[in-house]
Amino acid sequence: MDRQQDTQASDARPVLEGPDIARVLTRIAHEIVERAKGADDVVLLGIPTRGVFLAQRLAAKLEEITDRKIPVGSLDITMYRDDLRMHPPRALARTEIPGDGIDGRLVVLVDDVLFSGRTIRAALDALNDIGRPRAVQLAVLVDRGHRELPIRADYVGKNLPTSLRETVKVQLAEEDGRDTVLLGAKQTQ
Amino acid sequence: MQRHLISAADLTRDDAVLILDTAEEMARVADRPIKKLPTLRGRTVVNLFFEDSTRTRISFEAAEKRLSADVINFSAKGSSVSKGESLKDTAQTLEAMGVDAVVIRHGASGAPYRLANSGWIDAAVINAGDGTHQHPTQALLDAFTMRRRLVGRDAGLGQDLAGKRITIVGDILHGRVARSNVDLLHTLGAEVTLVAPPTLVPVGVETWPCEVSYDLDSTLAKSDAVMMLRVQRERMNAAFFPTEREYSRRYGLDGDRMAKMPEHAIVMHPGPMVRGMEITAEVADSDRCTAIEQVANGVSIRMAVLYLLLGGNEPAVTHPRTEEK
Amino acid sequence: MSKILIRGAKVLGGEPQDVLIDGATIAEVGTGLSAEGAQVVEAAGKVLLPGLVDLHTHLREPGREDSETVLTGTRAAASGGYTAVFAMANTFPVADTAGVVEQVYRLGREHGYCDVQPIGAVTVGLEGKKLAELGAMHESAAGVTVFSDDGKCVDDAVIMRRALEYVKAFGGVVAQHAQEPRLTEGAQMNEGVVSAELGLGGWPAVAEESIIARDVLLAEHVGSRVHICHLSTAGSVEIVRWAKSRGIDVTAEVTPHHLLLTDELVRSYNPVYKVNPPLRTERDVMALREALADGTIDIVATDHAPHPHEDKDCEWAAAAMGMVGLETALSVVQETMVDTGLLTWAGVAERMSFKPAEIGQAQGHGRPVSAGEPANLTLVDTEYRGSVDPAGFASRSRNTPYEGRELPGRVTHTWLRGKATLVDGKLT
Repeated sequence: MDRQQDTQASDARPVLEGPDIARVLTRIAHEIVERAKGADDVVLLGIPTRGVFLAQRLAAKLEEITDRKIPVGSLDITMYRDDLRMHPPRALARTEIPGDGIDGRLVVLVDDVLFSGRTIRAALDALNDIGRPRAVQLAVLVDRGHRELPIRADYVGKNLPTSLRETVKVQLAEEDGRDTVLLGAKQTQ
Repeated sequence: MQRHLISAADLTRDDAVLILDTAEEMARVADRPIKKLPTLRGRTVVNLFFEDSTRTRISFEAAEKRLSADVINFSAKGSSVSKGESLKDTAQTLEAMGVDAVVIRHGASGAPYRLANSGWIDAAVINAGDGTHQHPTQALLDAFTMRRRLVGRDAGLGQDLAGKRITIVGDILHGRVARSNVDLLHTLGAEVTLVAPPTLVPVGVETWPCEVSYDLDSTLAKSDAVMMLRVQRERMNAAFFPTEREYSRRYGLDGDRMAKMPEHAIVMHPGPMVRGMEITAEVADSDRCTAIEQVANGVSIRMAVLYLLLGGNEPAVTHPRTEEK
Repeated sequence: MSKILIRGAKVLGGEPQDVLIDGATIAEVGTGLSAEGAQVVEAAGKVLLPGLVDLHTHLREPGREDSETVLTGTRAAASGGYTAVFAMANTFPVADTAGVVEQVYRLGREHGYCDVQPIGAVTVGLEGKKLAELGAMHESAAGVTVFSDDGKCVDDAVIMRRALEYVKAFGGVVAQHAQEPRLTEGAQMNEGVVSAELGLGGWPAVAEESIIARDVLLAEHVGSRVHICHLSTAGSVEIVRWAKSRGIDVTAEVTPHHLLLTDELVRSYNPVYKVNPPLRTERDVMALREALADGTIDIVATDHAPHPHEDKDCEWAAAAMGMVGLETALSVVQETMVDTGLLTWAGVAERMSFKPAEIGQAQGHGRPVSAGEPANLTLVDTEYRGSVDPAGFASRSRNTPYEGRELPGRVTHTWLRGKATLVDGKLT
């Protein structure tokens, strides 16, 4: 998710297509099962907007693998952002914590793009107000680098070296009508 | 949205829906173990109450604290205001202490408008009730309650109140709640009917976007919500109506009248209720009466308003910039 | 005193003429008058009027010298083209004794900007209970002939009847502030569409009209004359028209602001628009203009009501009622009555000088511009247009509703008994 960018990709080229996305999600699902020793206490929380769809897709894959119901929800971080004062207030997205809560569980945060790390910092703050997980992990579809905080992902779909003059745009069928990850040049305004 | 919230009439349909949708998310915070958001950390809000209103003040205070604002409560009683200090001086004194927003309750109609528009202070102004003029957060929490009950909590998101028939009964003349509700409900597409004895309807009501009736019974069957307003007993002495008994016989809501309302219709009351006057205990305590919900919803609405006015570097835009999606 | 020749002025808006002042008197009116030995005022294109007379001014002295004094108020009057003003009785102490009215009268004479004719209170302390010593005030040096409890209504029908009867003994007149007090308890603005929306206490038209109706009937019954202050509604116009058609001896005034402003302005909650009687609707404004044009309303009176800044820089309910008006009155009348074609300049002279002087019996004022008359004159640049800047007011107060508004006309010269009080727009 490219929240810092106000510009849209122009002449963007796809770096991941639909089948690639499906493949990396399957891989991440397997990694979660492996690292979480069967994933019996995993709760997936997607960060709106596209992180939520990715979390739902991951949950479906995990259910296939483990044959168990995987709790999945969403975590809106808007009101925990550190740049609130730099923009007009944004419309809030839904925070939906699965019924059994997150206390003592392994929460896997799911987002589309990992960039500065500020979104994840806000998400950790938000989690803190909701409960006390056993551990928190992070899964992202794309890690484009340029971290501004000491944060790293536990599961990465694709490491994508980028320059700050580029934008990464994730499109998902649920929101955008198709699955793709686009890399393009930042439009000068 | 504008920088201030002075009148429900200032809100567009999209502004109002944005506030209701935001309040719906804010309401979920109340279900969490830690009922607090860091959003307004470092912002100072003063509750400037020139009139006693414990309910409204507490509701705003709860909302401000849940958003982590620093809260200063100022009550005119026993302060320099009772020694003749003017509204202007009081407001400027508070602003000099670094206040970002003023939530004002004042007995004089238009006092918040003056505070916001006369150049006395820079802070955002939120009207918490002025004289017999407006009480916009009350209208918003009422609309929020109606949308939840009549459209649905999730189904209501993004929706207005198009086609809902709302009846407001009681002292329209001295009521800021009625004025605010007429403005907002009309903006949200509802059809409003005011019911009161003619003495409690203002001259000039004919230009309001609503119907006026003097007969409660004829409106009940076609109401999705009936909002009962408090009628102060003192009005009786000024000949607005002859006796308490006659008022409640003609305009009070009792069990028999409630039975004439459609199954799904709700009874609302902004409180404080005068039981036995405009509403019987039987109705007030029934499942159809939303008075207590309205109080809870008030906190969510006020959180939403505070967030949308103060949460960013400028007030919320009605249409979020698409590139940020 | 030297001679002054006003050259080429349109006297009462008519053909250009020269007017020669010699001492305190108009010596000659004609064309091609000799300028020999006279100071010449070139007045080509300007309109010369008899000095204006205001039957309704609040000078605030004694008691509220923070808002206005006799000196600042009469300077404001001279600046607006007035040579005589009637000072309302609601001072502190109230002008209900010979002592107070004589003090105000003398202050006006001493300052010399404008004659001040005190109005006496009808009742002691304006309380509406007991007649003040009307005869004593009349016999005092001030020679009071107009009596009013202005600011308050003489609402007791018996007191009003007695006052109307009593002043017949010396040809006085009672000027009624028509406001039924019970109907206006808590009233803040005209009752109607705007008050309903703003939630401000309504001031119904009927509160004014019912008192006017009662008082014209009382005047008829006791065979006295009555003057109605600041008429503000279309209904009041109808009642006065009816009374005059019956031969009742009633006169009426309208303020400049009621000829121009409506209650829509109150939407700003800016107390500069708070006034008693309140601003009414567009319909009322049009009825008042028509009535002033057809003579139903006899005169324009300013109801100049100065208030200190802090009494207006506050919330509406806490604010004082009233507007200053002396320095803008003629411009507003030009805007609403002359430039609209409703009134000629001769008509303006009638309504702002001749008739108010007659109603108030102001000696030497409201006289024709002709040889032998006292040289009380006002010269107006009617072509001028400019926006109102209260900072330039001579009045001590600035509570004008016209700040920043463009208005036509400007008084350039005023002469009081041949002495210039205003020259080229500057007070002497």
